[in-house]
Amino acid sequence: MRRPKRMLENLEQDIREHIERETQDNIARGMPPEEAHYAAVRKFGNVTRVQEDTREVWRVIWFEQLLQDVRFGARLLGRSPGFTAIAVLTIALGIGATTAVFSVVDATLLQPLPYPQPEQLVSIQDDLPGVGARDVGISVPEWHDLERSGIFEYVSPLGGGGSVNLTGSSQPTRAFFLGEAPNYFALLGVNPQLGRGFDPEDHTPGFTLEAVISDGLWKRAFGSDPKILNRSLRLDNDLYRVVGVMPPGYHDPGRTTEERNVEVWLGNNFDAAPAPPPLRNSRFIPETVARIKPGLTMAQAQSRLDALVASLQKQFPEDYPAQNAWTVRLVPLKEAVVGNVGQSLILLLGAVGLVLLIGCVNVANLLLARASARGHEMAVRQALGAARKRLISQLLTESLLLSLIGGVAGLAILLSTKGFLLQMLPESLPRLRDISTNWAVLLFALISSLVAGAIFGLAPAFETRRLDLIPMLKLEGRGSTGSGEQARTRRALVVTEFALSLVLMIAAGLLLRSFWDLLQVRPGFHAQDVMAVQMWLPVPNDPKTDPYGTIAQETPFIRELLRRGKTLPGVEEVAVGDLAALPLGHAPNDRNPFLMIREGHENQRNEASLVNASIVTSEYFHLLGMTVLRGRLFGELDDEKAPQVAVINEAFAETYWPNQNPLGKRLNLKIVRGAAANPAWHTVVGVLADARTESLAEAAVPQIYLSLYQRRAKDLAIFLRGRLDSAVIPVQLREQVQAIDPTLPVFGGQTLNEAVSRSLSQRRFSMQMVALFALTALLLAGLGIYGVISYIVSERRHEIGIRLALGAQRRNILRMVLRQGLGLAIAGAAVGLVSALIVSHLMSGLLYGVRPTDPLTFSGVALLLIGVALLACYIPARRAMRVDPLAALRHE
Amino acid sequence: MSTKEQKERIELLQGTLDLLILRTLLLGSAHGHAIAKAIEFKSDEVLQVEQGSLYPALHRLIKRGWIAVEDGTSENNRRAKFYRLTAKGRRQLATETTKWDKLAGAIARILRPAEQEGES
Repeated sequence: MRRPKRMLENLEQDIREHIERETQDNIARGMPPEEAHYAAVRKFGNVTRVQEDTREVWRVIWFEQLLQDVRFGARLLGRSPGFTAIAVLTIALGIGATTAVFSVVDATLLQPLPYPQPEQLVSIQDDLPGVGARDVGISVPEWHDLERSGIFEYVSPLGGGGSVNLTGSSQPTRAFFLGEAPNYFALLGVNPQLGRGFDPEDHTPGFTLEAVISDGLWKRAFGSDPKILNRSLRLDNDLYRVVGVMPPGYHDPGRTTEERNVEVWLGNNFDAAPAPPPLRNSRFIPETVARIKPGLTMAQAQSRLDALVASLQKQFPEDYPAQNAWTVRLVPLKEAVVGNVGQSLILLLGAVGLVLLIGCVNVANLLLARASARGHEMAVRQALGAARKRLISQLLTESLLLSLIGGVAGLAILLSTKGFLLQMLPESLPRLRDISTNWAVLLFALISSLVAGAIFGLAPAFETRRLDLIPMLKLEGRGSTGSGEQARTRRALVVTEFALSLVLMIAAGLLLRSFWDLLQVRPGFHAQDVMAVQMWLPVPNDPKTDPYGTIAQETPFIRELLRRGKTLPGVEEVAVGDLAALPLGHAPNDRNPFLMIREGHENQRNEASLVNASIVTSEYFHLLGMTVLRGRLFGELDDEKAPQVAVINEAFAETYWPNQNPLGKRLNLKIVRGAAANPAWHTVVGVLADARTESLAEAAVPQIYLSLYQRRAKDLAIFLRGRLDSAVIPVQLREQVQAIDPTLPVFGGQTLNEAVSRSLSQRRFSMQMVALFALTALLLAGLGIYGVISYIVSERRHEIGIRLALGAQRRNILRMVLRQGLGLAIAGAAVGLVSALIVSHLMSGLLYGVRPTDPLTFSGVALLLIGVALLACYIPARRAMRVDPLAALRHE
Repeated sequence: MSTKEQKERIELLQGTLDLLILRTLLLGSAHGHAIAKAIEFKSDEVLQVEQGSLYPALHRLIKRGWIAVEDGTSENNRRAKFYRLTAKGRRQLATETTKWDKLAGAIARILRPAEQEGES
């Protein structure tokens, strides 16, 4: 495009000559020379505009204008570095924080699971609503029914996962393993990087004795040995052959941290030892995933499944009593994996979005203040012929430039602090590892920058509509004029800001109170000075090789463990229980659900209820400081030869024997997950006060405790109380355990206080984040009102000077200014309170102990906000009070 | 601003300026001021053109290749840019003129019966 440049080279000269010719003509017509020139200019029109219009003929107009605006804007921003720094920083923090939260939301809620055709993947969950049980697991015959139903391409039960001692590598190591049907990897649609997955058609009874290992384990335990295939692994003394290594970055779609960290996969058909006999009512498979046949929608699959369930119930009335109301639910696998974390994340995104919005309002305020300083410039440019549209587009370009710089800075901050931020996330957050800075996240940052720029750029742009040229020009370049309109806009912005901050602060306040209440709750057990160390007794596939296969075999080990534990330094008390007995520390899968039938109700199957039992030694209750209300605890005589006993809590007694003496009642516990072996009658011998061992938020969850000397448990927790060195105890305990049996792994020492704290980690996280956002919002709102009041004070200097000169009290001036600030704050608070009511009801599911309309939080937060507003106004108000009437009057 | 005392003058219809420039140049090349004068003179000064608006129009026509520009000297021996109609511009003028005639005819046909009604 050289031509346009040449064409435009002499434009100015051409125009000059044109006017000169016209002048000559006019003179020839008899005008005096000066008048002749003015007439010619008048006839020609606006020279600047003609030049601009002519240039535009040769341009890709918008682009050139944009470049020009950007260049101009950049120069302008460079000229006021203070303003630019504050605006860019505000936007950078806003965009950075919003993008950070969005990247979590994106990874957790938006991104599909990282497997082919993820929309076909479902979790199959069996419910027994008749007995109040959800997700009870399925039985092997049901699995086969599902496979034959024609609804699914594959159905894969997942079971028997856990932590296992792995030998056969260079170093004995611990790894999480998962047993699943051999079709598992075919179902997910992933292939190993080395070797092969299991053969989906492998129908070997029980475990197939083939193992697939993770890339991480391959590198960690086998030094990336390329000859890993066909090597033997020993898991809990069982021999497996490695057939494949999964690719790096692969992980299971697990619901818990453990499930996502599986490192060894074992093919299992669940129809031979150690699995119990495949009976229809033996629901020992805790989890099932499936892939719906292509072409079937979720709804179609569900309706066909409902029909299947109905026909099975008719076919096997014994196994599916109508009162249980057995149903099978298809849940999209993503939903099952993400669980209920969505609400918290949406809350966080909303909160951080509000902060960004408040930041925008603040920048808009700054821009307005500057716009009033630039009123003169705008008026001059308009008088010189700049089109209003052009001015608006320039103002918008400036704002967008500002917001894009802010956005880039925000992204830079985000990327450079990424590692630190990721550490702040609770580890229990599902899909933590899917978080990445992908295109969606970058696009989000870009769009939110643009939207932010448009939001805070609109206010000053609209102001140009009101530009009244003459008074502006008359002011001779003396900065701020600030029409009444503009002051009104700025006040409205501050009110908005206060309303938004109030919403955020009330949300934070409610979460804070919930959290505080949870911390203040009396849990009903003593977590202080207690440590729990885990261990695992092997579960070999062949029961005959199990050295702890019977109670008679396990009891001596437990007793010896208790004795040795007591000898450790600082230890005062020792107890042993299963993982379900770990207060607040156990994963949902560690629970032992039992179907309970009470004596006197045995013939009414509808009376069966699902209960969670913990298996413990008698020392457990005293060690945790639990209170016995009635009856007794387990004694030394309650062993396998004695009648089976049980201790229950108050909630259990009230649920199942309301208004009756529960002591001496008998009940029968049938294992829901696991072998349906001879259920024996347990007699209730004691009642404990309720303790919040399941969840700090739940006061009364029915609990039943069985004796470890009467029921076996494989996954054990050793509880120790005393002045313990938490770094040393797990090591010492391992030495003691391995002195009894060197093959037993001991791991995962934690204090109970840690467990309590960890059980609140997600709540703490969202509370902290919302509180952080709310504080930021408060700060921004304070700055906003400070700016506006300062502005108003400087505007009214003259007036204040007159008032003072006429004898007004300085106190009255102070009061006048404060009243203005207070008015804004109260208006903002009023709007905010109404909005907060809506928001707090939406988040009621996240609250504990406080109502969403908690008057204390609402009034407290409103007062705090007004207090901050008064404080922010006090500084300019004092300045107003100190105005020197003489100086102020002389000034204008 | 300059038109306040000359209210009888008619503002140009959008796009007609281009047509007028082409028509003027059909008589031979001319510089900017001469074109403006010619348009004013030929319309008996009824058409009011802000002379400045000529320049964006000229450049628009150059860009489209309907006129060309060359340096020359004006009647009083001063250097000036002369605008000249190209072959393409000549063709364009023909089609534009036909279009204009059709438009003017159509508008006249619509307006005339109304006049007759008014007379009867």
